[in-house]
Amino acid sequence: MHITQGTFSYLPELTDDEIRKQIQYALDNGWPCSVEFTDDPHPRNVYWEMWGLPMFDLEDAAGVLAEVNACRKAKPEHYIRLNAYNASYGKQTTALSFIVQRPSEEPGFRLDRQEWHDRTIRYTLHPYVADQPHGERYNGHK
Amino acid sequence: MTDTKAKADGKANGSRKKSDRWSAGVIPYAEMGYWMPDYQPKDTDTICAFRITPQPGVPPEEAAAAVAGESSTATWTVVWTDRLTNYETYQAKAFKVEQVPNAENQYIAYIAYAIDLFEEGSIANMTSSIIGNVFGFKALKALRLEDMRIPLHYIKTFQGPAHGIIMEREHLNKYGRPLLGATTKPKLGLSARNYGRVVYEALRGGLDFTKDDENINSQPFMRWRDRYLYSMEGVNRAMEATGEIKGHYLNVTAATMEDMYERAQFAKEVGSVIIMIDLTIGFTAIQSMAKWARANSMILHLHRAEYATYARQKNHGVNFRVLAKWMRLAGVDHIHSGTVVGKLEGDPNMIRGYYDTLRLMKVEKNPRLGIYFDQDWGSMPGVMPVASGGIHAGQMHDLLHYLGEDVVLQFGGGTIGHPMGIAAGATANRVALEAMIKARNEGRDYRKEGDDILKAAAKHSRELQVALDTWGDITFNYESTDTPDVVETPTSV
Repeated sequence: MHITQGTFSYLPELTDDEIRKQIQYALDNGWPCSVEFTDDPHPRNVYWEMWGLPMFDLEDAAGVLAEVNACRKAKPEHYIRLNAYNASYGKQTTALSFIVQRPSEEPGFRLDRQEWHDRTIRYTLHPYVADQPHGERYNGHK
Repeated sequence: MTDTKAKADGKANGSRKKSDRWSAGVIPYAEMGYWMPDYQPKDTDTICAFRITPQPGVPPEEAAAAVAGESSTATWTVVWTDRLTNYETYQAKAFKVEQVPNAENQYIAYIAYAIDLFEEGSIANMTSSIIGNVFGFKALKALRLEDMRIPLHYIKTFQGPAHGIIMEREHLNKYGRPLLGATTKPKLGLSARNYGRVVYEALRGGLDFTKDDENINSQPFMRWRDRYLYSMEGVNRAMEATGEIKGHYLNVTAATMEDMYERAQFAKEVGSVIIMIDLTIGFTAIQSMAKWARANSMILHLHRAEYATYARQKNHGVNFRVLAKWMRLAGVDHIHSGTVVGKLEGDPNMIRGYYDTLRLMKVEKNPRLGIYFDQDWGSMPGVMPVASGGIHAGQMHDLLHYLGEDVVLQFGGGTIGHPMGIAAGATANRVALEAMIKARNEGRDYRKEGDDILKAAAKHSRELQVALDTWGDITFNYESTDTPDVVETPTSV
């Protein structure tokens, strides 16, 4: 399967040059960028691991892209996303967030149904990879 | 001289002696203190801009004073019991009338209301004054409430959106693009099982939301509980297929508050992220549901069923921007607000004004957008506008241009009517949207190059290609009935 979280999951994978243009857009808006990675793709997994702090003072798109690539090198089988953050009053939230790397295989999710009373069903989404501990998921890549 | 016409015959700025003010009988409203051209509105006053069309022979100042009177303290004749009160506080004050450009016998009357006139946090109380008896008043041929400046002091007495745009995005984990939705079609007749199929297909194809229609409540062909159960099966299957948060607006509109609470409670029990109400339930019921939605972490969608009954005609009723303000105060998270390019009424400038009113923290007076006052919302969260009705993937560049990013774009027919099926229709919309956002962010002139951007995106998406082939040249270019006064000719898209 193909996880469709993030702003651009229905487009072909973005090239480095296309990623750089998106970073430039964020920086032009005054939004600092950050890189995050995870091996738990559950849509309610809010807190992906931070690849360092948000790059508040980095004004160079190439510098941000270099961090994306450093993260890719260190975590070749993780999901990696690039976020841009808008700290202005009235926003103070993420402005853009898109996936820049996926594991080579995405096994996806199992939907567990607990049959409950009066025909109601309790649903739970279970990522198959969650059956393994962190570090042993996605072909054992740490 | 015992009818309102008698008042109309009086001179608006007459020089009645002060002692006459309390003589029994009928005197012009303007002379009873409701016309005060020197009045300086206070920061705490609510100010209304009314479009008035007086009956022949009634001076505009007197008509304005009559509106002020009838929407505050006055009755048709002098009452001595006024003198038991500090009546000048409670009198609304008409302080300015302006002739409307290019419209015969239409005036904008500005009327100020002291903050004590309205109960804290009550849309019902405020509207009982401002759009109460006065709209049936015989001295006016027509009356329209165009805009309101609501003082921050009063705004702070309202809950506001149960969550607002930012919390909604953080809850859904969706950033940087408009959200996508579709209304389940046909509106009427699907069984619950078939209904859930549409939900599943549209969501797995790439939409964020599907929606009950406004007139889907609990009819014989599909009772509410069955609809909720099958819809949630569709929602959860789609989440499994995409790894993304999905929602279906479960309409809880019903005959009584007890029924609505019961339905909302069940929507919560089956795990929905969002419920829906219709405007027809009334202001107090909307405020109650907003309170419930905040207490139960449920996003609250409002369908504006009925609004055009009183919002569409230019000379009479309530402008939608006023309703939008009331609904932001009342506490909904979503409200249908026009598409510009779709099948339903909407001048681009006016709709921009509505969207600003719903989304911004401060809105500046802007006659071009039909906005009469500066409005400070304080830190009250914004409401997500919803664009629905006759829109399709081929218009994506225009939709993004006119409506911006914080909006739900709802493609009902444009999803479900796709020749390759519902999921393909959903995918076409999502591909078109993401391609347009990407191009915009890259600094391209996406509006001008929109067709090319879509064609290029369609090279890797057969779903989009088929959508463009099917609907690419469908447009709805009709002149709007409701346009800003400063624009002499209606703008078309």
